[in-house]
Amino acid sequence: MSATPRHGALHALMTDFESPSQFMQACVKVRDAGFKHWDAHSPFPVHGLDDAMGIRGTRLPWIVLVGGITGFSAALLMQWWMNAVDYPYIISGKPLLGLPAAFPVIFELTVLFSAFACFFGMWGLNGMPRWHHPLLANDRFRRASQDRFYVVIEARDPKFDSEKTRAFLASLGGAVVEEVREIVEG
Amino acid sequence: MRTPQVSEAWDNTKDDPTKPVELILGGNDFTSITEKVSDIVLERKTPRAWYIAITATAGLTGIMFLMIAYLFMKGVGVWGLNNPVGWAWDITNFVFWVGIGHAGTLISAILFLLRQKWRTSINRFAEAMTIFAVICAGIFPGIHVGRVWVVYWLFPLPNNQAMWPNFRSPLLWDVFAVGTYMTVSLLFWYTGMIPDLATLRDRAKGRVKQAVYGALALGWRSSHRHWHRYEKAYLLLAGLATPLVLSVHSVVSFDFATSQIPGWHTAIFPPYFVAGAVFSGFAMVGTILIPARKWFGLEQIITKHHLENMNKVILATGSIVGFAYATEFFIAWYGGNPNESFAFINRAFGPYAWAYWTMVTCNVITPQLFWSKKIRTNLVVMWIMYIFVNIGMWFERFVIIVSSLSRDFLPSSWAYFRPTPVDIMTFIGSFGLFFTLVLLFIRFLPMIAMAEVKTVMPIADAHSGERRSVGDYHGDIPSHIRDGGKH
Repeated sequence: MSATPRHGALHALMTDFESPSQFMQACVKVRDAGFKHWDAHSPFPVHGLDDAMGIRGTRLPWIVLVGGITGFSAALLMQWWMNAVDYPYIISGKPLLGLPAAFPVIFELTVLFSAFACFFGMWGLNGMPRWHHPLLANDRFRRASQDRFYVVIEARDPKFDSEKTRAFLASLGGAVVEEVREIVEG
Repeated sequence: MRTPQVSEAWDNTKDDPTKPVELILGGNDFTSITEKVSDIVLERKTPRAWYIAITATAGLTGIMFLMIAYLFMKGVGVWGLNNPVGWAWDITNFVFWVGIGHAGTLISAILFLLRQKWRTSINRFAEAMTIFAVICAGIFPGIHVGRVWVVYWLFPLPNNQAMWPNFRSPLLWDVFAVGTYMTVSLLFWYTGMIPDLATLRDRAKGRVKQAVYGALALGWRSSHRHWHRYEKAYLLLAGLATPLVLSVHSVVSFDFATSQIPGWHTAIFPPYFVAGAVFSGFAMVGTILIPARKWFGLEQIITKHHLENMNKVILATGSIVGFAYATEFFIAWYGGNPNESFAFINRAFGPYAWAYWTMVTCNVITPQLFWSKKIRTNLVVMWIMYIFVNIGMWFERFVIIVSSLSRDFLPSSWAYFRPTPVDIMTFIGSFGLFFTLVLLFIRFLPMIAMAEVKTVMPIADAHSGERRSVGDYHGDIPSHIRDGGKH
């Protein structure tokens, strides 16, 4: 039985593995074969796969830094404007903006803005949410979130050739090589 | 009642430094872990006990809301407050519940940064508890303000009086601290849950479940290019949550420490409150975890080793709390301030001595029993100890708040605080809300972080031929020691 939609264009070829070590070796081979548009899917982040796939670092920390600086500045400006400019609190001759007393709120908003930047930055960089994807329509692929490890090479890769790539994937020692078709509406 | 049957082969609490601790027992693999955890939500019929339990807890929640409605109609006079005791159970409950939350963040963030792999079995549960506890906590300052119709003055919102709140007030810091804590805990919890929601989506059979879990999973497809950024995001959130959790109870303690009431005005409060918060939070996690692992058959994932480690944290933080009690007394004497020394003598021997000694018994003596390995690994005994700690930590906040207020500077205005039934039922009702949320969580969401648990299993290691990385020791043990010198 296969509920994979057969009517769309070829999106990708995939093969799957049972153990993380076979999977990792396969990823090294795909990387060395020079593919660009390919991915590895696993139920958990396999340690060391970044190198095996040749993934470079992410920009996410810089996004978080910008979020943090924004939160810090916003908190400082807010307290200065609200308590020293727009509605000055005159209490026992204390300074209108006392940094030590302003710091708890500055700290909290720095963390808050950084956390939002981190959360939504990760969504943005990962293209989430994306509920509609050829892989999600593939029944066999459901185990990627459970207990199997998949290597997927997309048809748009310049080195992709349906016959040669199929043979290459078969040589990696996975279970089966399967076609993933584009979803066609209607 | 049957005592939990965990066979000797499952006991991973034996101390043998030459062997890494097995964190997941019973020969589980990725498939069986996935099934064990997700079947609770997807496949198993909801036990009748669950319906009975949620009816009871929802009833208590209803009582709490009735009490709050009554409070709103009549005013804070329906509580036992008097002059000079203007804060009593309301703020005690607030500090108690916020403190409970701290265990979740400690487990999810601090233990993550310290690479304590045992956290993976319990972090989801503890983080959920954090959120539910902070929800319970947030109710009390919201309803204690007296004029609830202007409760929005807590926040710096533009209003018709062109007035802003005073940012030099620790009460306003509290609004920001607790609000940020709630928000960041929620983001962290949800981030951790995305891969597991995808697992539920992929295993769900009904259309509704597929749609709901699918929507929540945001289209996660376990791509390693996504995992790469996801892990970075998780690490960054842990790094942000770590100073945050230390700050929350510090800021809560500023409510007291920056005032001039004897017994409150002490510099020791921030660290002492944080230690107490972690102490009480771990006790509450254990209180719920022990029955939950039994009922849902999760003894192989949440093992005795996990519980023993939690008990060690309780021992450490409980000792800090005990030490802080002693330090307070020493400083009250050594500082030579007559008001301060009176406040502490009054605490231990005044009208609230019964509460003080309840607190000391529960918080100072109880955790010390965890020095014994037998006690530390006995499920029934440790559960009873958790209950003592829960009681003791509520009394700690009560003693600090009420004993200091009831006898302040002017003896002619001294008064004794007694709670009214409204006080008591509101507090009990908040437990109803907490347990209702816990019950909904274990019924509809994955209570164990499946993806994270899989990473700490020996079979997860792609270099498994070269070295073993299991347990708390990260495979750091030289191979000649690990393999018993057979190299």
